[in-house]
Amino acid sequence: MNLSSEDVAKVALLARLRLGPEELATYTEQINEIIHYVEQLQQVDTAGVEPLAHGVEVRNVFREDRRHESLPREQALGNAPKRNHEAFLVPAVLQ
Amino acid sequence: MDPLGATISGLLDGFASGAFSSEEAVRAFADRIEAHNGKLNAVLDFDPAHALEQARAIDARRAQGHDLGPLAGVPIAIKDNICRRGELTTCCSRMLASYRPPFDATVIRRLHHAGAVILGRLNMDEFAMGSSNETSCFGPARNPWDLERSPGGSSGGAAAAVAASLAPTALGSDTGGSIRQPAALTGVVGLKPTYGRVSRYGLVAFASSLDQIGPFGREVADVARVLSVIAGRDPMDSTSVDRDVPDYLAALESKPDRPLRVGLAREFFSEGLDPEVESAIREAARVFEAEGATVSEISLPNSKHAIPAYYIVAPAEASSNLARYDGTIFGHRAEDFEPKTDAEKDLPALIRMMMASRAEGFGPEVTRRIMLGTFVLSAGYADRYYVQALKVRRLIRDDFDRAFQNVDVILGPTSPVPAFKVGEKLSDPLAMYLLDVYTGPANLAGIPGISLPGGLTKSGLPIGIQLQAPAFAEETLLRAARIFERATDWHTKRPGLV
Repeated sequence: MNLSSEDVAKVALLARLRLGPEELATYTEQINEIIHYVEQLQQVDTAGVEPLAHGVEVRNVFREDRRHESLPREQALGNAPKRNHEAFLVPAVLQ
Repeated sequence: MDPLGATISGLLDGFASGAFSSEEAVRAFADRIEAHNGKLNAVLDFDPAHALEQARAIDARRAQGHDLGPLAGVPIAIKDNICRRGELTTCCSRMLASYRPPFDATVIRRLHHAGAVILGRLNMDEFAMGSSNETSCFGPARNPWDLERSPGGSSGGAAAAVAASLAPTALGSDTGGSIRQPAALTGVVGLKPTYGRVSRYGLVAFASSLDQIGPFGREVADVARVLSVIAGRDPMDSTSVDRDVPDYLAALESKPDRPLRVGLAREFFSEGLDPEVESAIREAARVFEAEGATVSEISLPNSKHAIPAYYIVAPAEASSNLARYDGTIFGHRAEDFEPKTDAEKDLPALIRMMMASRAEGFGPEVTRRIMLGTFVLSAGYADRYYVQALKVRRLIRDDFDRAFQNVDVILGPTSPVPAFKVGEKLSDPLAMYLLDVYTGPANLAGIPGISLPGGLTKSGLPIGIQLQAPAFAEETLLRAARIFERATDWHTKRPGLV
């Protein structure tokens, strides 16, 4: 497996990251190095082994479906980079 | 009696006997921070006013004879990724430079309830991604044993602060070794509890199936006391486990009916292990035997796969968790998101805003891990990388399950090397990742681990020894740690910082 800089640019777009040309070259090299290193896992025989998503497996944790207090609007908006009196503001979504 | 040199037990005794008040203790630590933090960069923008006010309130309640909590008046510093209402919580990232959470993490609520005094926030690697505290947007923390060296990471500020007596105890978080490795490199005690033992509510998520909050202290009793306060089920974290919280402090001196069984994994003594660290581990095994424990060789054959598995699972989860930082609801937003290339001209303004905000907000290590995680989860590659890593993860846990049929705890190194120089490993991401070789497996398996001071190198740097125990066997883990501590004096060594 070897990723080209086009592959890495595609990953950057998927990850919503903007890379300059120099960064793209650096990350392509570094990510290839890491991918080559983790490639060794392909040698491990995992036939019949179930994937383990959590070390301590907890299943079906339920709680009462009850209404409770939620964050007041002013606090919810408190960290907004851009807002008006009632909403988060973002660049136009529909053109 | 001097509060600066005291353990939590010593502080509580001092408060009870009237040797000093909580306010005097907080003032002593505040002065110490003022005097030494400039060279350590462990504590971030500390204003003692609020801590002093909290301490005075506790002192007043004590004077009135009220029942006080188990940590009443004890100052504790907090890693910068644990949310405190209205206080900056930045993960040492430009992305969260002005973030003030509207809520307290559950551990913070529990500390307040126990009467602890929050002493400020601590430097760390950006979003806890790093093993040297060098990826922090506030610059590296320094190791008090040698200011040219790193205190380790990601909880480097916490370890440096406790080692240099800027705080008697601290909370950190451990995703692949981020409590234990810096504890080892600075000669303090650091505990990573079992996954699910401590609520993660309010811990800024890095890799949700691996992250766990835990304490730093000067001695085993310190971390036992703090764990007793922060452990327990929390309805706000569905992965926190509903099990009784024992009195961990009482467990330290309890006498089990049979000798402790210590396992030493043959895989630990591999290439890359510093010879002085290796001697310290072999010596620790002799100490356990001299104290009546049995030491036997065990095998963890899949532990050699832990680092590659970890560096797939952790970035995968990180790429998903950090998707929330997109400049819309909180965190950094770029001012300028005009297209920079022809390709960007076709993207909607909203997407360009997100991309520019993330590019400005995240440092290189965070960017690298998000990219790596996005790749290993992407269509066509998820089975080959992510799913295979999860299968290997089960093999790693099965190894531990098998080993713990014959031993109570596993003894080994915490870090393969003692403290390294700032700048020595930063340019080589893979070399940095390999530092997690002995700590990553416990996070993948969910089991608890503790790092203890276990020696000094010839050049005077601390060496950490690690003990690991089965899930929820913290009582056994802490008791075993205490056996070693009682028989040695490494935990009493302090850096000659002036």
